[in-house]
Amino acid sequence: MIFIADVVVHLKPVVNDPQGLVVRDGLRRLGFADVHGVRVGKHIQVELDAGDEQGARAAVESMCDRLLRNPVIEDYRIDAVRAVAEAAAAS
Amino acid sequence: MRFGIAVFPGTWSDRDCAHAVELSGNEAVMLWHKDRDLRGADCVMLPGGFSYGDYLRAGAVARFAPLMEAVVEFTEGGGLAWGICNGFQVLCEAHLLPGALTRNASLQFRCEPSWLRVETDSCAFTASCRVGDVLQIPVSHGEGRYVADEATLDELERDERVVFRYVTPAGLAVGAATPNGSMRDIAGIVNPAHNVLGMMPHPERACEPLLGSADGMRLITSVARSLRRDGALAASTR
Repeated sequence: MIFIADVVVHLKPVVNDPQGLVVRDGLRRLGFADVHGVRVGKHIQVELDAGDEQGARAAVESMCDRLLRNPVIEDYRIDAVRAVAEAAAAS
Repeated sequence: MRFGIAVFPGTWSDRDCAHAVELSGNEAVMLWHKDRDLRGADCVMLPGGFSYGDYLRAGAVARFAPLMEAVVEFTEGGGLAWGICNGFQVLCEAHLLPGALTRNASLQFRCEPSWLRVETDSCAFTASCRVGDVLQIPVSHGEGRYVADEATLDELERDERVVFRYVTPAGLAVGAATPNGSMRDIAGIVNPAHNVLGMMPHPERACEPLLGSADGMRLITSVARSLRRDGALAASTR
């Protein structure tokens, strides 16, 4: 079965995010005065073969630990793991 | 002695390193990222550039190159590895050095002269320098802000593993002298065994008066003097 996993990698809260600060200031300049803070992360979509959703999630967790994030400065979360076998067959 | 210079796809300072090494009267051999053979190198240099495009994170993919397996093994046996700029990022990603290098606080790519104060001479790379010496060596990077947790930073300082700090030309560490916002003005560190150095500035680009500074040559000379002809570490270094 083919699965798609959505992974979000972001800097740990204690790590300064100058990119987020620039975006925050840009939003404020545009008039979004209510914006307190912005953190910029990465969305990584992994398409993989797996027996079931649990297996797919375990594989993606291992990918995060080994490559997708740097544990010194980044955290990650797996937002969704969904089977797309039908969609793949239809296309 | 022989310097092995790692070449990953996207490495850009390999020829500069080879030029500087040859200028110092030593031998340079290029090490291809797909090989595991260090070609008898006494010291492996990991030069600057954008290995594998620096995709995902700077240095993240180079760490898995076959060459890096050989480098890790080499350093575990006491061999010298010297990461410059992207090479420093690779060494951190490979966990040979603690911490990480993040986007410059200014968000700018900084290519400019910087001044480094030698903080320790207890490693092969600065053996011919004195503590407090100020070297003019340029930086050229967008992701060079050194970060680590407070405990790691304390440990680095306690164990004399901070090798270089960004300072003013007069040698003062004032924070504002760091081009990237590095924690505690750190520009270069070594591993616990003092045989793996990572530094963001480019000594290979400061080896001739024509380039504005020849201070980088002192580091290459330090390494060469610290090693005996057979490549073993001299007794004076750890």
